[in-house]
Amino acid sequence: MRPRIQLLSPDLIGRILREAFELLINPGVRVGSAAVELLRSAGVEVEVAAGVANNHGVARIPERLVQQCLASAPHDFYLYNRQGEKAVHYGGDDVHFDPGSCCVQMLDPETLEARPSETRDLVRIVQVTETLPQFAAQSTAVVCSDALLSNSLLYNDACNGKHAPGAIADLYRLLVVLQHSDKPVVTGSFSAAGLEGMIDLLAADSGSPDRLRQQPRAVFDVCPSPPLNWSEFGSHNLIDLARAGVPAEIVSMPLAGGTAPVTLAGSVTQHAAEVLAGITLHQLAAPGAPIVWGGAPAIFDMRTGGAPMGAVETAMLNMACAEVGKHLGLPTHGYLVATDSKLVDAQAGAESARSAMLGALAGINMISGAGMLESLARFSVEKLVIDAESIASAYRLARGIEIGSDKVPSETLATAMFAQIGLSGEFLKLKETRALFRQEQHLPSPVIDRSARGSEPASDVLTRARTRVDELVSKYRKPSLSEDVLRKFQAIVDREADRAAVEEAESGKNVGVAQATK
Amino acid sequence: MSDPLFEAMRQSIIDGAPDKAVELAQQALAQGLDPLQAVNLGFAVGITFAGEQFGCGEMFLPDLLASAEAMQAAIKTLEPEMLKRGSERKALGKIVLGTARGDIHDIGKNLVATILSAGGFQIFDLGTSVTPEQFVAKAKEVDADIVGVSALLTTTMAGQKAVIEALDRNGLRPRVKAIIGGAAVTSKWAAEIGADGYSRNAIDALELAKNLMGKVDSKDMNKRTALA
Repeated sequence: MRPRIQLLSPDLIGRILREAFELLINPGVRVGSAAVELLRSAGVEVEVAAGVANNHGVARIPERLVQQCLASAPHDFYLYNRQGEKAVHYGGDDVHFDPGSCCVQMLDPETLEARPSETRDLVRIVQVTETLPQFAAQSTAVVCSDALLSNSLLYNDACNGKHAPGAIADLYRLLVVLQHSDKPVVTGSFSAAGLEGMIDLLAADSGSPDRLRQQPRAVFDVCPSPPLNWSEFGSHNLIDLARAGVPAEIVSMPLAGGTAPVTLAGSVTQHAAEVLAGITLHQLAAPGAPIVWGGAPAIFDMRTGGAPMGAVETAMLNMACAEVGKHLGLPTHGYLVATDSKLVDAQAGAESARSAMLGALAGINMISGAGMLESLARFSVEKLVIDAESIASAYRLARGIEIGSDKVPSETLATAMFAQIGLSGEFLKLKETRALFRQEQHLPSPVIDRSARGSEPASDVLTRARTRVDELVSKYRKPSLSEDVLRKFQAIVDREADRAAVEEAESGKNVGVAQATK
Repeated sequence: MSDPLFEAMRQSIIDGAPDKAVELAQQALAQGLDPLQAVNLGFAVGITFAGEQFGCGEMFLPDLLASAEAMQAAIKTLEPEMLKRGSERKALGKIVLGTARGDIHDIGKNLVATILSAGGFQIFDLGTSVTPEQFVAKAKEVDADIVGVSALLTTTMAGQKAVIEALDRNGLRPRVKAIIGGAAVTSKWAAEIGADGYSRNAIDALELAKNLMGKVDSKDMNKRTALA
């Protein structure tokens, strides 16, 4: 029996969905202009108030249409690695983990101070993630404050020192990850315009847009803005991803009491309405395109106004939201294994390990958040390797106590072993012991201190994690990309940098015009 | 004009009870009490206490918001009489607020607006995803003392820098002070982009704004009535 935790009764899931459908009619959902046309052509009533910027509107989406879109949404799909192998199964109760994203700060493991994250940090995160089997996917984990444009991707990573425009920070992260990893990638764009370049980059990596569609390497997080708002950017990304056939992961982040009802059940209901609206847009744009029922729901901290990602109620929200998605037969995602602590300390360990276990027991397909500190603002590679241990334990727990599987015999539980050794207690000598201990027990890396008494001086977990990171980085091998692919990467990055530079210059010009008219 | 009345006013704000606050304000007017005195000796004492309680973790955001709303209700009731007597409560300063370009998260900004308004500032709220040009235009239009830019996302923080640069380009600083806040923002970032101030929460924002007003070399500073 595989252990599972469920927080919602079937009756409660029914009520949540009924109210979510009601919310989609009243008060309805705010949508960007890209969505207005699409929804209207499907017969949805969309009010657009005169003079509203960008023609945003309020859509009242009928349940009938949502049900039709739910019916066309796939129940599962795979992400593929660079070798074209299935690496992540979005569907059923399969559980995968990836590092959280997207931070702008790193915790320096020596000084224990935060500093802006740089390219070398992202590379290190990718290297460690690449070597750890606990992470089925990479993420574009940090923004690189030092992003420099290279004219020489073909020849190592030397740069010409030209700063990448801030507007392509999202593309730059993906470029760094693709250059250093073969694993699938959980990513996302920072603007409606930024998505195209990122999809092009992935298509170049896969060989062609069709190949990317058939064997997607990446999933894109797309976020509504609670409450009940699919902004221009979010609407655009959903539609563009659907049409490109690249998987989209809806990451709705209602904050219970702040941007959503204070009750956990109320927030789960709002989350459901937001994701249902997103799925409707997405499936209207391209029926059958892969989509994930995801989220980063959290409670709202009534002292600071922050989102405590390590709170047990935050974990409960993630579990409950995923349960609703599972009820609808959709692939699921959640945001766990993060902490509110600023340091790699006992609180970080307790909160992250707890939610890793809960997420695994809830059967959430993709769980993002490992490595993150300070809610979701700061990244630590050392925490990432500690979290990997928690994740391994969570996987072990989720396998449960196995009897009669292909590995563990079921004829007897203990009597056959006693028949061999009587009362001698010589279990270590038994062939069963040697054959089975590796699957019965998870053997942690030296990050977890199980050293015998007397192995002094005792070290703390951060010290052991530092050593582990160094070991993993030295084990890491950079994938070799063909010159052809690198040349295509170069062309895309140059094109996007030029586009962004022109946009920046134009916004500068606008300032000039504004000044001149004063 | 009794102490129990002031005490009840204070309590109505601490309890976050707008109806009670309005009732007490009306009672004060009926008794012919100077409305400015009702504010300074009654209601404002309550909001200051609420701020302190929030600061030490005894009161929480919903409590504080309710107190601020009760305060606004009381002031609104007293305002016509204050105008009549020519003793209207002078705003401590004019503050233009908005979230950074591309950022539509406004819960923090709204809270700051409420607290600053209850604290005696005149607020011009530009809403969400505000461009640097819009901030500059509004600051000029209303002759603002302070411009506040909020950013929740790490990706929109750059918009705060853009506002400060635009204020500089238009020659508005140092007369106009620029303050920033938001979940992703740190004092380090504030220093890096040359902001005049940063606060972690709405109550600190009120202190920050008051302190900054103390630094404004404005001739009419002495005309401003400090609240509480």
